[in-house]
Amino acid sequence: MIFSDTWWGWLLNYLIVFTSGGLFCLLAQVLIIKTKLTPARILVLFLIAGIILQAIGVYEPISEVLRSGIAIPITGFGASLAKGSIEWAMQYGPLGAFAGGLVQTAYGVGIAVFASYIVSLIFKPKSK
Amino acid sequence: MTDNIKRNENYSRYVNAISPSSSALSSLIKAFIAGGITCVIGEIVRNTFGLIPGITDEQAAVYASVVLVVIAILFTGLGIYDSIGRIGGAGSFLPITGFANAMSSAAMEFRSEGLIMGTAVKMFNVVGPVIVNGIVWSAVAGILRYIIALISGVL
Repeated sequence: MIFSDTWWGWLLNYLIVFTSGGLFCLLAQVLIIKTKLTPARILVLFLIAGIILQAIGVYEPISEVLRSGIAIPITGFGASLAKGSIEWAMQYGPLGAFAGGLVQTAYGVGIAVFASYIVSLIFKPKSK
Repeated sequence: MTDNIKRNENYSRYVNAISPSSSALSSLIKAFIAGGITCVIGEIVRNTFGLIPGITDEQAAVYASVVLVVIAILFTGLGIYDSIGRIGGAGSFLPITGFANAMSSAAMEFRSEGLIMGTAVKMFNVVGPVIVNGIVWSAVAGILRYIIALISGVL
């Protein structure tokens, strides 16, 4: 956190997180209304945006300011994938690029798959 | 017959003309607020984990998304996320919670078709494109950066 030393810095941090996270979602909503893109396409669009930001090296400085505001939207998932791929490629050679992204995001994806499976065993979908 | 088609066309044009404008602004505001709140919850969890000694901010960020994913999947199971999704629009599917919801709701919905062909296959109905594009394009990013490093003599 870059503004955490005082109470107003703390407040400013949360204000930035709320506003930036909200604006990303507002942008996605604009795309839904104006272009009639499906949610899946919009997710892929923001994901690739995150990958590109990470690849050209501007994601890290941006995320130091926006923090969860850019990390919680799917852009953060893309950035994590790219971060892992780049780090592994540098460390283990070009083949590392195919493993690093999965390693970096394995916690989230692994738990999401596991929890979804369990939930589908326990709960019945509500009739629509 | 042609008259009927023409009338239908006119009608759908009329519906298109009046329906988005009346709800567009409110849906934008709702998406903004829903997305903002989700990110703030993530930030609170992240900062709370960050207080624990020995946990770096980067690890805390991973834990925050894991916590959000688990909450979202639980809410999906309990049927709460549907109501959030109806209100939040993009604010409920763009954050990582929406990713988790898309996965678990598909897993639940197709449970009746069996654990293999239902749950396991349909789980990736919506998030499949995200995973596939994520792996492909992040691998491209990694290889490009490797080549650039090779050329510029860093490696």
